[in-house]
Amino acid sequence: MTKVIKPIVFILALLPVVLLSRNFYLDELGANPFEVFTRSTGEWTLRFLLLTLAMTPLRQLTGSAWPLRLRRMLGLFTFFYVCVHLLTYIWLDHFFDWDEIWTDIVKRPYITIGMLAFTLLLPLAFTSTKKMMKRLGKRWKSLHKLIYLIAVLGVLHFLLLVKADLREPIIYAFILFTLFLVRFKPALLHKFSFKPL
Amino acid sequence: MLIKKSQDILSSEITDQAIYRERRKFMTSSIGLTAAATLLPLQASVAGYGGQSLKFGENTQFNTTEEKTSFDKISNYNNFYEFGTDKYSPAKNAQALTTDPWSVQIDGEVEKSKILHLEDILKQHALEERIYRMRCVERWSMVIPWIGFPLAKLIKQAKPTSKAKYVQFETLQRPGEMAGQRRGVLPWPYIEGLRMDEAMNPLTLLAVGLYGEVLPKQNGAPLRLVVPWKYGFKSIKSIVKITFTEHEPVSSWTKVAPDEYGFYSNVNPAVDHPRWSQRKERRIGDFLKRKTLPFNGYAEQVASLYTGMDLKKYF
Repeated sequence: MTKVIKPIVFILALLPVVLLSRNFYLDELGANPFEVFTRSTGEWTLRFLLLTLAMTPLRQLTGSAWPLRLRRMLGLFTFFYVCVHLLTYIWLDHFFDWDEIWTDIVKRPYITIGMLAFTLLLPLAFTSTKKMMKRLGKRWKSLHKLIYLIAVLGVLHFLLLVKADLREPIIYAFILFTLFLVRFKPALLHKFSFKPL
Repeated sequence: MLIKKSQDILSSEITDQAIYRERRKFMTSSIGLTAAATLLPLQASVAGYGGQSLKFGENTQFNTTEEKTSFDKISNYNNFYEFGTDKYSPAKNAQALTTDPWSVQIDGEVEKSKILHLEDILKQHALEERIYRMRCVERWSMVIPWIGFPLAKLIKQAKPTSKAKYVQFETLQRPGEMAGQRRGVLPWPYIEGLRMDEAMNPLTLLAVGLYGEVLPKQNGAPLRLVVPWKYGFKSIKSIVKITFTEHEPVSSWTKVAPDEYGFYSNVNPAVDHPRWSQRKERRIGDFLKRKTLPFNGYAEQVASLYTGMDLKKYF
């Protein structure tokens, strides 16, 4: 099962960046393609982050192991999209003007929070290999609990940057909240699982 | 072969239906106007982008010679929250708006409150083209060839009293046609305001068209304000009410976020928006960003309005 699902998910996960780049290249992203590109890569980062977090509850719900086998790949796609997102910001928004970028980090809470989330994601990406898992042992698990904090920071970053229409970030916040509920109150999950009471 | 009726009258000699309609409205609605007003600035025909074309004069005094942003981009990338909060919804959703008939209420500190019909307003003021820069608070900009007339002309006609220190503008509130108003994203109706001297400045325009044609609905049809030295949101769209007031009006955006959107909102690279720097902007269509100019490059015309004011405090 996993052998089939994994390559399919891999290709699907690449589609957003492929389509975005194609449309960017063909000038089909509207009047302000830079804005669309930055916004979309940010949203895809959040989507992959939530998908990653959904894998453990999904395993409990379905009772099969394949969601857990996808978890690392989805986590790394989260990292991939956030890198593209950050590069877009550094390059297309600021053209490597490090003074400006530093000012942003210090003065603008949503940038501060976004940068913090990215920084926290770095050790998780670097310790994602099997080798590192073995080497870190029990500490690996505690280190990777950082993902919950990163998810909160990611949603907060989105919430703080929108102008007035909070609808979209609130949807992400709601999904994250739901995932937290089933994660930390697994008893709730039993109510929705397929087992008879 | 003797049947030649269809060519008896050249098509160019037939009064365009739109002109005919305008004439009818004129005759029924504006009894008492002088004969001079029959030389209307407004003429109708189908041209260019499919909109009704406008007759206008040249006024190159304030025009920028920078490359104009394409009609396509100007009319497909809009902040008009009454029709949705993203940039692409207004072009779709605004088509539901009825802009004819349209009238504007003039009230507050004036000699006499009145309701002006749009066609009368248009008949009384010669239209001119003004090619202005437009700088959005979100750090993007355009160059737009507006068609309109100075707000000052309308204000003079309205005869404000000595108590009138400010002008407040109000956008139409019609949730049935304005999908964005069905949600409380902003306090509706949208309110904006200017100080009297800002409103009287010759740069301040009431626009009814762009690129030679009537305004696309998503650009604030049929009548909108254009204040080129202020951030775009000050240039209120689809105006139905102009009120002269003694006290400073509170703009919709100021109500929502007073720390981010002040009453003046002059384009100013030295004053940051709390969430981003205003030092640079991206002209729509450009790859690289450019430096934002004080008062959006109109300092020569308007900087004197603010002498002695701390622009960091009165942002």
